[in-house]
Amino acid sequence: MDDDKLILAIETSCDETAAAVIKNGNEILSNIVASQIESHKRFGGVVPEIASRHHVEQITVIIEEAMNEANVTFSDLSAIAVTEGPGLVGALLIGVNAAKALAFAHDLPLIGVHHIAGHIYANQLITDLKFPLMTLVVSGGHTELVYMKEHGNFEVVGETRDDAVGEAYDKVARTLNLPYPGGPHIDRLATEGTATIDLPRAWLEQDSYDFSFSGLKSAVINTLHNAKQKGMEISNEDLAASFQESVIEVLVEKSKRAAIEYDVKQFLVAGGVAANKGLREKMTEQFAKLDIELIIPPLYLCTDNAAMIGAAAFVQLEKKQFTGYTLNGNPGLNLERN
Amino acid sequence: MKALAIDTSSFVMGVSLVDGDQVLGEVITNLKKNHSIRLMPAIDELMKDAGVRPQQLERIIVAHGPGSYTGVRIGVTTAKTLASTLGIPLVGVSSIEVLAQNGRYFNGVVSPIFDARRGQVYTGLYREVNGELTNIARDQICLLEDWSTHLKSQYENVLFLGNDIAIHKEVIIEKLGDRVKFGQMSDHNPRPSELARLGISMEPAKDIHSFIPNYIRLAEAEANWLANQKK
Ligand SMILES: [Zn+2]
Repeated sequence: MDDDKLILAIETSCDETAAAVIKNGNEILSNIVASQIESHKRFGGVVPEIASRHHVEQITVIIEEAMNEANVTFSDLSAIAVTEGPGLVGALLIGVNAAKALAFAHDLPLIGVHHIAGHIYANQLITDLKFPLMTLVVSGGHTELVYMKEHGNFEVVGETRDDAVGEAYDKVARTLNLPYPGGPHIDRLATEGTATIDLPRAWLEQDSYDFSFSGLKSAVINTLHNAKQKGMEISNEDLAASFQESVIEVLVEKSKRAAIEYDVKQFLVAGGVAANKGLREKMTEQFAKLDIELIIPPLYLCTDNAAMIGAAAFVQLEKKQFTGYTLNGNPGLNLERN
Repeated sequence: MKALAIDTSSFVMGVSLVDGDQVLGEVITNLKKNHSIRLMPAIDELMKDAGVRPQQLERIIVAHGPGSYTGVRIGVTTAKTLASTLGIPLVGVSSIEVLAQNGRYFNGVVSPIFDARRGQVYTGLYREVNGELTNIARDQICLLEDWSTHLKSQYENVLFLGNDIAIHKEVIIEKLGDRVKFGQMSDHNPRPSELARLGISMEPAKDIHSFIPNYIRLAEAEANWLANQKK
């Protein structure tokens, strides 16, 4: 029993204040998330200064809740982990400084975690990772294909050249006058419509695993604009369905090709947009044909949380990759640094 | 009582450790460097030098603003997390009041300032009564020009303190003429041992979890949103 390693993890990179206690990198003892979405809704997006203010307000109570719910004390812990970056710098700073204070107060090792490593390791809370693996990371800030040949080793084989996929969803949603955050609304509308409108797919160079969504976003805006000028009605449902189909087709095709070329044992989907029903269905259907194990975390592990940070931190704990009290929030942190 | 005091509300970073009526040590830097990187190492080193372990602390004191939003948040987050996890009281003190202490024996009123851009400053007004400063105008943000005009109409002797005086000196002299004095070089850094001294005799925060900085101002987006609601 004493061999169990517990990590208290903290995540404040965007608009959720989160803390979790994770056992041995794969078991959730507690996972507390305070979302600020209601507060940012009126601004139509996350306002960094407001996010930072909410984090300061919430941070200690969330940490205390995580510890209480896990029913552990600080002397039971092996380390304190925190999201170091990327993210909003002012928001990151709250988690980082709280984590440093905890590590100092209880003389515990401190671990700085990359937010995307966290999203990928959310899958470790579902099942054991098998290498080599490929992950499609899709969120409001990221669209990446990440290859891992072993624990803690990340190679970005493709990424977006302009908008992240979640960003494209939010912008299109705004054009359709849908409330923030728009992703889930488009996903819902898409199920009610038919993909009848011809929208572009950005495949880029033939062998590229990169993505581009700004052209698609502009095409949606142009389609609406042109229809309006001609006095034609376009159904929001059909437009949402067409947009979603275009996005998903590119994501799924590139994912399949990468999975085959890199001969992976597992394919993971991670990040907030992994909550998208259309994407989940299409990935499941297509990967069933490939005979490659596909893992998509449940919704509460797709969106930002601290459990995933604790799962990723466990690998660093095993390798004794600790950081000193000079740890800082790093909005441009590189995933491949190790 | 062993207390740790933290001030990161301006470019001046200050940490002090006191025990009863003794200052065990203090760290002050006035550098445009990142407080987030340097604060915890400074606390760690000071505590180690003094041979005080975190569990021996009996109170955390923090300068809760006004000042740089990000700066204040770094200090407040560190302070409230320490107090909460160590189970000890937390006291918030005005950053302006801390700086004012450097003019404690001035015969007149003391106006500490932090630049708040666009001709504005964070300030407040303090006067000595029986060797202690009392607050006579609450901490606020205002146009320095208006503030100087107001001071001239009310007071004979005004002392300005703060490293940002250089930005506003001309306006101050123009408005206040020979009624104004400026602190010396060594008077402009708020001293964390003064922060500790003030915080030791103050009532701790009732609830550490809900303790927040005193920003004075709403976030810009919030202010704009409220203004739009009224239209
Ligand atoms: Zn995320």
